[in-house]
Amino acid sequence: MDCFETAPPEPRAVPGDAAAAPVLVVEGLSHSFGARAALDGVSFGVPAGRFTVLLGLNGAGKTTLFSLITRIYNTRRGSIRVFGFDMRRHPAQALARIGVVFQQPTLDPDLTVIQNLRYHGGLHGLASADIEARAGEELARIGLAERADERVRTLSGGQRRRVEIARALLHRPSLLLLDEPTVGLDIELRRQVLDHVHDLCRERGLAVLWATHLIDEARDGDGVVVLHRGRVLASGLVDEVRAATGTATLGDAFARLTAKGVVE
Amino acid sequence: MNATLYWRCLRAVIVREGLRFVHQRERFFAALVRPLVWLVIFAVGFRAVLGLSIIPPYETYILYEDYVTPGLVGMIQLFNGMQSSLSMVYDREMGSMKTLLVSPLPRWYLLVCKLLAGVLVSIAQVYVFFAIAWFWGVQPPELGYLAVLPALVLSGLMLGALGLLLSSFIRQLENFAGVMNFVIFPMFFASSALYPLWRIREGSPTLAWIAGVNPFTQAVELIRFALYLQFNGTAFLAVTAGLALFLGAAILAYDPGRGFWARRGGPAEQA
Repeated sequence: MDCFETAPPEPRAVPGDAAAAPVLVVEGLSHSFGARAALDGVSFGVPAGRFTVLLGLNGAGKTTLFSLITRIYNTRRGSIRVFGFDMRRHPAQALARIGVVFQQPTLDPDLTVIQNLRYHGGLHGLASADIEARAGEELARIGLAERADERVRTLSGGQRRRVEIARALLHRPSLLLLDEPTVGLDIELRRQVLDHVHDLCRERGLAVLWATHLIDEARDGDGVVVLHRGRVLASGLVDEVRAATGTATLGDAFARLTAKGVVE
Repeated sequence: MNATLYWRCLRAVIVREGLRFVHQRERFFAALVRPLVWLVIFAVGFRAVLGLSIIPPYETYILYEDYVTPGLVGMIQLFNGMQSSLSMVYDREMGSMKTLLVSPLPRWYLLVCKLLAGVLVSIAQVYVFFAIAWFWGVQPPELGYLAVLPALVLSGLMLGALGLLLSSFIRQLENFAGVMNFVIFPMFFASSALYPLWRIREGSPTLAWIAGVNPFTQAVELIRFALYLQFNGTAFLAVTAGLALFLGAAILAYDPGRGFWARRGGPAEQA
């Protein structure tokens, strides 16, 4: 496939069970800004084909975690591995396997949809022919193929979000990261984007990490990682977290976990 | 990883900067009107006030318009360097900076791509300005337009790298005014752009010294000499050293393991 994938992944910790080995492995990750600890001993995994919700209130450390996984800044304590590639030792191979949708809009409103996609493809070193073919596919999928030559400015908020998701998939990542991607969308658009990413996750076996503070964005069958004040309070499938806390809904589970977290 | 990937990345960044530039017509006109106002208004008024003697690289008496043109070319590059780099400080631009930085290519290379793209845009602006200035009567030797090109690349890189470095220090930018007041105006006025160093020395030896070590003076002199088919070795060395220094510091500042990326970006920043 692509040129960043020349080096073979490092041997996995669990040989022979590749399917179950998570695409993203975060281990003992801590990070602080000055004296304030933003993340404290965070560990979890995101397996292929699972939509994993990173659930936390504002200030829980979600954005810091995303910045570390995307190497906006370096991991100092703990490790992040993507498909076996350690983010510190093999950042190029790890980053080549990650697609990111940031919280802020990052499309250039003055450029057309296709120009934005070409820019991203170029940054990932894709050949022009590949970019055109894949952009065509991805845009067709989100129903925006005929708007490829229109400026992003003319698109609605929901359409822009979907273009950003299409862009993040252009270099065929195995891991898709989305940082509060439904901010600013109405309920219907929120549902559409959520459905869309669930479909992608299922059909392409993508590992998805979806950060949000909206509890109702986690569905049955999704994975969930509860992050509170820089610590992981629980992780697993939604039902597992519910069962472990003895609650009926994830909302109750979250309330119980975070209340306990405060006492500690 | 191979050279093809690096080339595709550079091409993508250049194409994007070029498109943005073409699409943002206001920016293009602003970049052009600014030096033209200086050329057709300020220079005409100033001509009577400031007598010029024959100084290198000029071989005859010249009009003030001729003297000030390289300075205004420097001004275009100074504004462009500050603008394209400091635009990264704006919140929305921070988003697009992130898209750039999650590319698998090394970060220093991404910064260099960004810098080169900005320089190409500034050079396009400069040549449009040269064309208009030619009709206004500022007509350096024809070959000078070619000879000045490498000088423009070097000075553009140096000023762009300075902007890049500044963008790593400035946490927030309400508007462009702060940079105007604290960087652009002092650099521009304390330089040889508007008046020769010997004239400044008559007024204040201290200011003349400051203007002499001002990297912007060196950039302007490099451009001035090249435009008149001469090579200013001192200016060349000074601008090259400035480029190495500013770019090196900017790369360090943008390094994921240190500098401002590691310090900033806590939840408070993201609110």
